[in-house]
Amino acid sequence: MEPIIKHTGNTGVLPRVNVDTDQIIPKQFLKRVERTGFGQFLFFDWRFLANGKDNPDFELNQSQAKDASILISDHNFGCGSSREHAPWALQDYGFRVIIAPSFADIFYNNCFKNGILPIRLDEEQVYKLMENGKDEVYEVTVDLQNQNITDENGFEASFEIDPYWKEMLLKGWDEISLTLQYEDKIDQYEEKMNV
Amino acid sequence: MTQPKTIIEKIWENHTVLSEPGKPDLLYVDLQMVHEVTSPQAFEGLRISGRKVRRPDLTFATMDHNVPTENRASITDAIAKKQMETLSSNCKEFGIEVADLDSPNNGIVHIIGPELGLTQPGKTIVCGDSHTSTHGAFGALAFGIGTSEVEHALATQTLWQSKPKTMEVRVNGRLAPGVTAKDIILAIIAKYGVDFGTGHVLEYTGEAISGLTMEERMTICNMSIEAGARAGLISPDQVTFDYLEGREKVPSGEAFTQKVKEWQELATDEGAEYDAVVEIDSSEIEPMVTWGTNPSQGVGVKGVVPSPTEANSSVDRKAIEQSLEYMDLEPGTKITDISIQHVFIGSCTNARISDLRAAAKVAEGRKVADGVRAMVVPGSQKVKLQAEKEGLDKIFTEAGFDWRESGCSMCLSMNPDFVPEGERCASTSNRNFEGRQGKGARTHLVSPAMAAAAAVNGKFVDIRNLKEPAFK
Repeated sequence: MEPIIKHTGNTGVLPRVNVDTDQIIPKQFLKRVERTGFGQFLFFDWRFLANGKDNPDFELNQSQAKDASILISDHNFGCGSSREHAPWALQDYGFRVIIAPSFADIFYNNCFKNGILPIRLDEEQVYKLMENGKDEVYEVTVDLQNQNITDENGFEASFEIDPYWKEMLLKGWDEISLTLQYEDKIDQYEEKMNV
Repeated sequence: MTQPKTIIEKIWENHTVLSEPGKPDLLYVDLQMVHEVTSPQAFEGLRISGRKVRRPDLTFATMDHNVPTENRASITDAIAKKQMETLSSNCKEFGIEVADLDSPNNGIVHIIGPELGLTQPGKTIVCGDSHTSTHGAFGALAFGIGTSEVEHALATQTLWQSKPKTMEVRVNGRLAPGVTAKDIILAIIAKYGVDFGTGHVLEYTGEAISGLTMEERMTICNMSIEAGARAGLISPDQVTFDYLEGREKVPSGEAFTQKVKEWQELATDEGAEYDAVVEIDSSEIEPMVTWGTNPSQGVGVKGVVPSPTEANSSVDRKAIEQSLEYMDLEPGTKITDISIQHVFIGSCTNARISDLRAAAKVAEGRKVADGVRAMVVPGSQKVKLQAEKEGLDKIFTEAGFDWRESGCSMCLSMNPDFVPEGERCASTSNRNFEGRQGKGARTHLVSPAMAAAAAVNGKFVDIRNLKEPAFK
């Protein structure tokens, strides 16, 4: 997995609440047996018109959101299913960071396992970022090591992150390898509990 | 005297393999259920790394999400077919028992786990599906995981998990006639919001909960995720033990008696404290209907569609505006004035035998209204067989409902069943998200009896006003 240490990129603003996993990747696209190639279906029902053309009204189709790698959205982002196709699609589309006032639990965890940094920020700060990015190209820098977000005009916000997940992202670790270092503990547990 | 504990803490302690500061705990997994949609990439990951499944004996697979509910023998969707074949070959390669389409045990993963007795009190149960919380009805700690975690649990039989906070959800008093388990959970989510459970495991308690059957308890726990909680459970009691006795994967005789003794120790201790408590009075609960695009956007059937101006917060207002636009509803519209074109009775929330009996009671001797397409999709092949034994299939088909094979079907419409754009569906499933039942489809969540009543009336009606034999 590619580590995230410091990331600078354009923002994509999606000022909607309760963006759910069925919107992030509609279920008709979940039938692939690979992990890749889901980006083309991201936000499919919002992003495309019935004739297959880009929906000009969809926020991420606006020219200022072109090549965005930092997604900014509202409360309870990622609610719904546990499907990892949601972070796969976001990542495949090009997002490395998602900023919102709150996230759904399963989605939040799934992000870390796929090299996406989900950041919880105060509502006020999120709305400030949205305001800055909604009409023009707006780049910000996310510094995971120092846990802050800055722009060129003096915006600065710090964020909290579990030290475990921080380390995983900084190092780009594969969690299974880490766990297998504790295989003897798992053996002992199975013996003790007779499972 | 030891400190009183909740069942959540007890199960957590019993399963902690490793607990070190600055890290989540390493939690042992007693049972992993696997299905075709969220597992192929996990098996592929194992193969690439040359890893095995640590405990195939603690893993069980089924096919449900993609499965057609008609002509199961000839699947026309090539990609869906490939996903099912991939599951079969993965299970064969890694030595995992699978209830494939030919198996009498086939069905929706959260229906067959309990049916077979794989689901038991005190277990940690995971599955790559957010409605895994269903198994919590047995006093198990059961939660949905993503595919990376599916792979992790296959390889190590453990997961790194941060200890969740605990929340008691107390349902006081007794349910009024015509009010079901589905209405309880929809009312709780309507009262406290779509994310009040985030970061918590819920324990449902109170007189109304103790009085529920196992199948009703499963409906409640199933929708914990719709409140943002990864897991929701109910302390096991005699109702739980009676349900489990004699099931295929449950020990029998002396071993069962011994198990029951262990299970009895699990219930939350008197005086144990939770991180948070919420309450609802059964007297507040009416048959519920959702009007919006998240499960908290529901009201009693006698209510009306709300206005964004009634919202308590800007977030709430935004959510109501988004929903009303998508659902094409005006504030102030009476719920009983909303017409529907489709009815779906099924899903891991409401497709067990008691759900089908409740719907059949309403359907019996009545006809599906003109312009309405109604279908009944049993939760498993066993439920289907039982329903046919009781003649429920005849009642449904005579009333004009379609009677189908089991599967997830129109809960998420990954198979050929869907609702066309702009049309409305009364559905016994768990999510009314935009596009869930088809692009542009408008979903209203209800109980099985309410869904059947909507089918025969063409619009929502208060089932408490129906004449016998609708319900007692």
